[in-house]
Amino acid sequence: MIPSSFDYSAPTTLEEALNLLEEIGDEAKILAGGHSLIPMMKLRFAEPEHLIDLSNVPGLSYINTEGNTVKIGAMTREVDAEESEELNKLFPIFKDVGKLIADPQVRNFGTLGGNLAHGDAANDQPAVMMALNAEIEIIGKEGTRTVGIDDFFFGFYATAVEEGEILTAIKIPIPDGKFGSAYHKSERKVGDYATGGVGVQLTFDSSGTCTKAGIGLTNVNPTPLRASRSEEALVGTTVTDEVIEQAAQFASEDCNPSADLRGDEDYKRRIIKVLTKRMIVKAKERAFS
Amino acid sequence: MIQCKTSKEIGGMGHSVKRKEDDRFVHGTGKYIDDFTLPGMLFMDIIRSPYAYAKITNIDKEAAMAIDGVVAVITGKDLEQYNLHWMPTLMSDMQMVLPTDTVMHQGQEVAAVIAKSREAARDAREAIMVEYETMKPVIDPFKALDDDAPLLRPDKEGQKNNQAWHWEVGDKEATEKVFNEAEVVVKEQMHIPRIHVASIETCGCVANYNKIDNHLTMYMTTQAPHAIRTVFALVAGHVGLTEEKIRVISPDIGGGFGGKVPVFPGYVIAIAASFLIGKPVKWIEDRSDNLTNSFARDYHITAEMAGTKDGKILATRMKVLADHGYTDAAANPSKFPTGMFSIGTGSYDYPTAFMEADAIYTNKPPGGVAYRCSFRVTEAVHAIERITDRYALEIGKDPAELRMQNFIKKEQFPYKSPTGWEYDSGDYHAGLELAMKTVDYQKLREEQKELRKQGKLMGIGLSTFTEIVGAGPSKDFDILGIKMFDSAEIRVHPTGKAIARFGTKSQGQGHETTYGQIIAEELGIPSKDIIVEEGDTDTAPYGLGTYASRSTPTAGAAAAIAARKLRDKAKKIAAYLLEVSEDDLEWETGKFFVKGAPEKSKTIQEIVFASYTNHPQGMEAGFEATHYYDPPNLTFPSGAYICVVDIDPETFDIKVRRFVAIDDAGNIINPMVAQGQVHGGLTQGLAPAMYEEIIYDEEGNAINGTLMDYLVPTAVESPNWETGHTVTPSPHHPIGAKGIGESPTVGAPPAIANAIVDALKPYGVTHMDIPITPYKIFKKLKDMGVLDKPITE
Repeated sequence: MIPSSFDYSAPTTLEEALNLLEEIGDEAKILAGGHSLIPMMKLRFAEPEHLIDLSNVPGLSYINTEGNTVKIGAMTREVDAEESEELNKLFPIFKDVGKLIADPQVRNFGTLGGNLAHGDAANDQPAVMMALNAEIEIIGKEGTRTVGIDDFFFGFYATAVEEGEILTAIKIPIPDGKFGSAYHKSERKVGDYATGGVGVQLTFDSSGTCTKAGIGLTNVNPTPLRASRSEEALVGTTVTDEVIEQAAQFASEDCNPSADLRGDEDYKRRIIKVLTKRMIVKAKERAFS
Repeated sequence: MIQCKTSKEIGGMGHSVKRKEDDRFVHGTGKYIDDFTLPGMLFMDIIRSPYAYAKITNIDKEAAMAIDGVVAVITGKDLEQYNLHWMPTLMSDMQMVLPTDTVMHQGQEVAAVIAKSREAARDAREAIMVEYETMKPVIDPFKALDDDAPLLRPDKEGQKNNQAWHWEVGDKEATEKVFNEAEVVVKEQMHIPRIHVASIETCGCVANYNKIDNHLTMYMTTQAPHAIRTVFALVAGHVGLTEEKIRVISPDIGGGFGGKVPVFPGYVIAIAASFLIGKPVKWIEDRSDNLTNSFARDYHITAEMAGTKDGKILATRMKVLADHGYTDAAANPSKFPTGMFSIGTGSYDYPTAFMEADAIYTNKPPGGVAYRCSFRVTEAVHAIERITDRYALEIGKDPAELRMQNFIKKEQFPYKSPTGWEYDSGDYHAGLELAMKTVDYQKLREEQKELRKQGKLMGIGLSTFTEIVGAGPSKDFDILGIKMFDSAEIRVHPTGKAIARFGTKSQGQGHETTYGQIIAEELGIPSKDIIVEEGDTDTAPYGLGTYASRSTPTAGAAAAIAARKLRDKAKKIAAYLLEVSEDDLEWETGKFFVKGAPEKSKTIQEIVFASYTNHPQGMEAGFEATHYYDPPNLTFPSGAYICVVDIDPETFDIKVRRFVAIDDAGNIINPMVAQGQVHGGLTQGLAPAMYEEIIYDEEGNAINGTLMDYLVPTAVESPNWETGHTVTPSPHHPIGAKGIGESPTVGAPPAIANAIVDALKPYGVTHMDIPITPYKIFKKLKDMGVLDKPITE
C-alpha cells in the first residue's frame, strides 16, 4: 500500500494553482481531500506524477446564502456540510447523506468539491446534487463558468471539469414554496458504496400540489442518474400513494444497474424502488413539517 | 455470583482488575513488530502470483535491480541451492517457501525483493517481470476428485488424486441402523465459509542473522514463539541454524486469532535473506496480502439428525468436504486432522454418531487457521446447532423445548460422548433457563405470532453449544511430536515482588493481568506487584503458545501449581520462623498463622524475605518455582445464546434486535476481561454469520480481496451484546477455570443463522448458508418462487 513517487505542490492562490496545472499538464492531479485519490494511488490504480494540494488556498471553504441560492465552497469538508445548521435547515438531505458517506475520518477530510470532481457514480453527493438541481462553478485561465448538474457528469471518472480547470463552488437554488429533501442508500455495511441510493427533493405550492421534483440515483448507472420519468410522474400531483408507487416503479425501470457482489440487477432495481418510495414519503413529510 | 476470596488490594480471582497492559497501549507506547528498527536494516517486499495455477517460465530481475536502493531479488531457484525452497507445515504436509516452477494459488509468493527502503522494495515489486503459462485451476472442491482434474501435488509420493486425507470417528454401522429405523430424519447441506481473521496488525518480522556468532534473532508476530523456534531449527538446521542459535521474540501483537500460529513463507524468506546478505531484514505484510493469503473454516458439511416424532434425538451423522487449498497448512494437533470437529455431537444426550471428513487440495491459499476457535469447533457447533433447529422445525416443536428435552443432565457429568470425549462438567439447563428468562422467551414467541399476522418478519434463534478447549493432555495432543503442555515460572524477589514468565503469548487477551491474578489468589502477593512476561524464547519457559482457548486451561493451571509449590515452601519457612510445626499452621490469603493464635503470623512478604536472608539450614535459598502443566483432560465451556432479528420485508435488511449470551466458562479470573473477550468474540461471530466470506471466481481469483469488499463488521453493525454467565467449575482444573476467549465466536453464528431462518419460516425456508445477507435472502426467496408472497403463520 505504497504509492509510486510523485511531486507535490501546495499553492496559496487559485492563480498559482491554475498556472501549475497549465505547466504540468495532464500528469497533474488536484488534491482536494484525497479520500478517493490517495487509496487509488496506494493501490497503484492511479499514478499521477504531480499532486496540487488546494488546502492552502484560502477562501474555498464556506457555506453562504446569497439571495435564493446557497453557495458551498469546493473545499468544504463533508463534515461541515453534515453539521451546518444553516444548510440543513433548508436541505436536511445533507444530514442524511453525511452520515452515510464512508466513515467519520473520511468525512473529516473529504471535500464536497473533490467528491463531485471525482466523477464516480458510486459517490453519494452526485445524486444529492441532482435532487437539489445544483450548479457547479468551474474556474480556468479563461475565467469562471457555471455548469448545470445534468451537464456535469460525462462518464466513468469524467466530468465537465476540463484540463487546466478547477471546481470552485456548488450553487444550490432555494425553491419557492414548501420543500423537503431526503437521501438514503442501501449498503452492505457502514462505509460501503451504495447497493443503490436515492436522493429526493420535492417542492409544493400552497394548494399542496407538487410543483417541482428532483430525484437522483446512486450507483445504478455508469454516471449519476436523474430519474426523470419519476419526477414527471410526481409534478402536478399531491403525491398520493398511487403516484408514489408509480414514480418508484419508473425509477426501478429506468436505472441501469450492473451485477456485482452487492447484488444482481433485479435486486438493485428492487432496492431503488423501495428507497425511491421511502425517500419521496420522507421528503414530502419534511416539506410539510 | 462471583465470590472473591482475596481483598481488592490483593486482586486475586474474581476481581475486575484493570488491565495492566492497557497503560502502554492507551499511551501509544506498545511495541509492535513495525516499531523495531535495527542498524543497517533492509526491507523486503514480496512479488505474488496473479494466477491460481501457472508455470513460471521466466523471472526477469533486471529492471528491479536497476532501481536505486535495491539490494537483491530472491527466487525459488536461489533458495533451492540451500534446499530452503520447501518447508514442512505443522500438519506434516509440505509448503513452498518460494516456487521453482509452479504457482499453486493466486497471491502465492513468487519472488522477494530486498531493498534499502520500503518504498524502493515496493517499486521493485512492480518492476519484476514474471512470465507465466497459465493452467486450468481446481477451484470447486466438489470437482477436485473428478477424473479430469489435474493432479495438484505430484511432489507427494504415491499421491494419485487431490485428496489430502480421510478421517472418521464413531460407529458407522450403528448410526446407519438408527437412521434407517428412525421416525424422523432431517438433512441439510451447509457451507461454513472461508473467512479471514483480519487482525488490525498484519504479519511481519525482523530477521537478524549475525554472521560472526552464527546467531539468529527473529522478532516476529507469532502466537507460539517456542514451537516456531523449533520449526525454524528443523527447517534450517542443515545450514547451521540449530535451535540454541535461534532466539524468537514475539513483541506486542495487534491481534492474532489463530492467524499468527502458522509459519508463513514470508518469515522464512526474510530469514533466508538475512542469512544470505548478513543484514537485518524487515518484512511487514501488506493488508491485501494478509487478507488473501491465509484463511479459516471452509468446510462443506452434510449434517443429518435422526430422532423420534416427539423430539428425542437418537443419532447424528456428518460428512465433511474440507477445502484445504494446495497444502494442509492448518495448525491442528497432529493426531487430529479435523481438530476437535468431533465435538459436533453437541450438548445433547444420545448414544450414536458417525462423522467423516475428506480433505481436498485445490488451487487456493493454504490455511485452515483455527480462527478464534479450538480447532474446527466452530464448524462442528454450527452443524449441530443448525441441524437441531431443523429437526425442531420438522416435528413442529419449539427449539428451546427440544433442547431442554435432550440436554445432557448435570448429574450425568463426567459424560462420555459418542465420539469419545469425556465432558468434564456442565449445567446446560441452567444456562438456557437464564438466557430464556433474560429475553423473556415466551413473550417473544407471542410477539412473533402477532407480527407474522401483520406480515412482519421476526425470528428467534438459539445456540446451546459445548466447546472443547485447553489442548491438551499429552497422551493425545502434540504438534510435530511436541506435547501440548504449557508452562509457568515464578520468581519472587527478596522484597516480595515477582516476575512470572509463561510459554504462552498474549495477543490482546490480557495475560499480563489475569496470570498475575491467579498467582495473587494462590500466594497473596498483590497482582499489581507481579510482572508477567511472555514471548522471548531466551527467557520464558518452553510452551506451545496461545490459541484454541488454551492459555488459562494450561499455562493458567501451571501458574496456580507453581504458586502452590511456593506456598508449600513458604509454609516450611513460616514454621521455622514461628518455631512451630507445619501442622500447626493455617493459610489465610497472604499469610500463615498459628492455629488458635492468629496474632502469631508471617506474611508472604516476610517469608519471601526470609527465603533470601534467613532460610532454614538445608533448604534451598530463594523463592522460585516452575511448572510444566500437562492437563488430565480438556475443559468443556458451554453457552446458551439467544438472538432476535427483525427483517425488512422489502429490502431484507437484517437487524439484530437482541442478543443474549450466557456463558459458562467455569470459575472466572477477571469478570471485566472475560466480558471484553465475550464482546469481541460475539462480534467475530456476527462477522461470518452476516458479513464475511472470501469469494473465488472460477479462475481462482479472490474477488473480494480488499477490506472494501471483505466486510468486517464494525461497532455500527454490532448489536448491544447482553452478557451473563453461569458458573460450573471444571473439576480437574486447579482453579476450576475452563477458558472463555473462543466460546462467543463459536456460539454466535448458529444463533444468528437460526434466528434468520426462523424469521423466514413463513416462506418455507429451512436452511441458509452463512453469511446470510439481505441479497442472499432475496435470491433464496426468488429461487423458491415465494418473493413477496403474503405470509401467514
